[in-house]
Amino acid sequence: MATGIRDRVAILGMGCSKFGERWNDNAEDLMHEAFGEALADAGIERDEIEAAWLSTAIEEQHVGKSGMPLAIALRLPYIPVTRVENYCASGSEAFRGAVYAVASGACDIALAMGVEKLKDTGYGGLPQRTRGAVNDLYWANFSAPGAFAQLASAYRARHEVPTEDLKQAMAHISVKSHDNGAKNPKAHLRNRIDEARVLNAPMVAEPLGLFDCCGVSDGAACAIVTTPEIARALGKADLVTVKALQLSVSNGTEAQHNSWDGSYFMTTRKASERAYQEAGIANPREALSLIEVHDCFSITELVTMEDLHISPEGGAVADVMNGFFDAYGPLPCQIDGGLKCFGHPIGASGLRMIYELYLQMLGRAGERQREKEPVLGLTHNLGGFPHQNVCSVVIVGREGA
Amino acid sequence: MNGAGIHAFGGYVPRLRLQRQVIAEANAWFNPALKALGRGERAIAGWDEDPITMAVEAARDCLARRGRDGIAQVILASTTLPFQDRQNAGVVAEALHIAGDLGTLDIAGSQRAGTSALIAAGQVARGGGGPVLVASAEKRPTKAASPLELTTGDAAAALLVGEGDGLAKLLGHATRSADFVDHYRGQDERFDYVWEERWLRDEGFLKIIPRAVASALSAADLDAGAIDHFCFASPMRRASSSVAKKLGVPERSVRDNLQGMCGEAGAAHPLVMLAHALEDAAPGERILVVGFGQGCDALVFETTEALAEMRPERGVSGYLKRGRADTDYHRFLGVNDLVALEHGLRSEADRQTGLTTLYRNRGMVLGLIGGKCSRCGTVQFPKSNVCVNPNCHAADTQADYPFSEMRATVRSYTADRLTYSVAPPAFYGMVQFEEGGRAMIDFTDIDADATLSVGTPMRMVFRVKDYDARRGFRRYFWKATPEAPCLDAGLPTDDRYC
Repeated sequence: MATGIRDRVAILGMGCSKFGERWNDNAEDLMHEAFGEALADAGIERDEIEAAWLSTAIEEQHVGKSGMPLAIALRLPYIPVTRVENYCASGSEAFRGAVYAVASGACDIALAMGVEKLKDTGYGGLPQRTRGAVNDLYWANFSAPGAFAQLASAYRARHEVPTEDLKQAMAHISVKSHDNGAKNPKAHLRNRIDEARVLNAPMVAEPLGLFDCCGVSDGAACAIVTTPEIARALGKADLVTVKALQLSVSNGTEAQHNSWDGSYFMTTRKASERAYQEAGIANPREALSLIEVHDCFSITELVTMEDLHISPEGGAVADVMNGFFDAYGPLPCQIDGGLKCFGHPIGASGLRMIYELYLQMLGRAGERQREKEPVLGLTHNLGGFPHQNVCSVVIVGREGA
Repeated sequence: MNGAGIHAFGGYVPRLRLQRQVIAEANAWFNPALKALGRGERAIAGWDEDPITMAVEAARDCLARRGRDGIAQVILASTTLPFQDRQNAGVVAEALHIAGDLGTLDIAGSQRAGTSALIAAGQVARGGGGPVLVASAEKRPTKAASPLELTTGDAAAALLVGEGDGLAKLLGHATRSADFVDHYRGQDERFDYVWEERWLRDEGFLKIIPRAVASALSAADLDAGAIDHFCFASPMRRASSSVAKKLGVPERSVRDNLQGMCGEAGAAHPLVMLAHALEDAAPGERILVVGFGQGCDALVFETTEALAEMRPERGVSGYLKRGRADTDYHRFLGVNDLVALEHGLRSEADRQTGLTTLYRNRGMVLGLIGGKCSRCGTVQFPKSNVCVNPNCHAADTQADYPFSEMRATVRSYTADRLTYSVAPPAFYGMVQFEEGGRAMIDFTDIDADATLSVGTPMRMVFRVKDYDARRGFRRYFWKATPEAPCLDAGLPTDDRYC
């Protein structure tokens, strides 16, 4: 029986570029920026890295295919470099590759790098592109906001929540994330907003207005991982280790079988259950100190609180409105500003989330630092659409926690 | 020799009705005389409708009660067929899932295309080669500020012609040909070039039609005075009455040319008027249908007792009633590419269709064919090698199962202003079919003030999914539309708008 990844791999160093409209930088520049920080943090030499994973989702907009763009940008010493893509869970997927490589004993030190350069399309929002030759023949003409917006109609129907109440809770989510992002020098959007501004914003895809949607930006983030033993040998005292890495991928049931009502994520429920099991967490609402979830849209964050088994089913609106997930609440969600303020350079987002947990656990989060240092944190990514998606759940924490 | 007759009939008129007054007012600066035509309304096809999709709707309306078995041939008649070299009737047949052991034929090239198709079908049926489904649809591009912009409408009709009397026996028909060119549209031209109306009336209608009608009446062994319904499509004011008078057809028999609520649908219009007449007619009445264009077709029918048993599902009048007044002339110009609209960078995404991909998946795409598991009975769309039912997952158990006629309800939905659409917002959502199965699918014909909700009843309609302007291709798929759009929109439920 597999025992999982808990405490077998430690984070040696992390780096994160400034996220934003990086008009004057190529993807290679962003990777270089994130890597420089991580390498200094890890206290190793570049050539000590034995294997690397590169995550990008829309590679045709920037670096192109394969692992080569990373190897060339960082001049890696002819080591294995694998490019991974798994929709918006790509960054977590790169992390999974590097962590598993270390855990298996295949190498001592591995790198996970995520990057995306989205601001070269000439328009706002994610690039409009083919979904595959057959899918294009019959898939609805949906955008990301339009696909996720439908959660709201289904959630309202399922839980009999008045439209205005749901809109208000969604607005609270965005206001909270902007409050947090304002304190983060690496965030793309650093302005505070208020509820009225969210509620009166132009509609993107009903009922999602402009401020219910995360930004689109350029960015890179990376992690260097090794075993706890090597980390200690390199002089690291306070270790942040990996507690769980789970992934759940839709098999078409939600899209094709009438057992799913459209108001929640089947994948998140399954991935989080497995992650808690792997990390030895019985009650996530109590045990977790911080969460960074895939707030591509405010409604996604709201239903995710239930799918992670933190809020009871139908209880997310109340938790949100009670400030449970605010920066000073019992379980802050997106204390760094989230996708809402960082934007969503797809390949980088998962690693950017882990980066914040890592900083918080080491007491390095500056103005955003939680007073009581967090011990266990969860990151969550969703790629695709509510009716068919990829979900990753990563749990990291202080060694021994 | 056995006779032939009409065995089923149906019609289709798109939902939106552009108010002629707004067209006339918008263009009054240029041509104030247009105000004379600025009354009533014209049916305008949605951005995702064309003669193929409208013909499919008319055919579904026609065959709703009779079913689709045994049809031997599909003829599609139109002067605005979307493909010059890809058989348009073949697409209609695929959408109706009757393709295969079947003849298909496009008839085009003249405003007589509809009536000529009907004559050809009668001849085939009489010879035992039927039944033939004749569908005719028209969506004529018209220049801004042209009289045609005001008098034209988009519509379709379908008639099933078979051996025997059916519900309307074909008593006789005749054709006169003459290269009388009152208007034309040359190769690569989008719009008609039109000659003087008075000449059309005096030298065309009043001289050519009587000869064809006389021959048809003679073949039918009837006197013009015996005609109860005269279907003549010209939108020209008083033209029908003048022609009727010349023919000796009683004035009371001249049928409404539907200018008030629809407009003239080109080659399809005589058939639209015939389908409309069949809805009104009592058994034993005589109908004269005339098609004019480089000559004249005339057909004479006599209705039978079978008329009562084979009503269309909605019929021309049902579709006329479900109309919705539209005053957005700019939108009409924009979606029909009559102004240089800024479509935005998102519109540049490549929409190439792999022809191999399409052919391989034509049942799914054109026919909305899904699968049914022979082990557990679950139906699903699309079909797959492994059953979707989590409690089954049997492999290789799927038989074809059609979804296009199945009712559905909304599970989730949105109105998207980010994704590229010819006519934003793009409405779409998850619909759930009554026998099981679901699809995340585009919605169409959603009114701006519609209130969709989880549970709204929907029906499937065949529409254009994407235009590939670069390659002159368009791809078709099915979309969901509210079962009773006017009721959903909360509009007044008077006789006029539902």
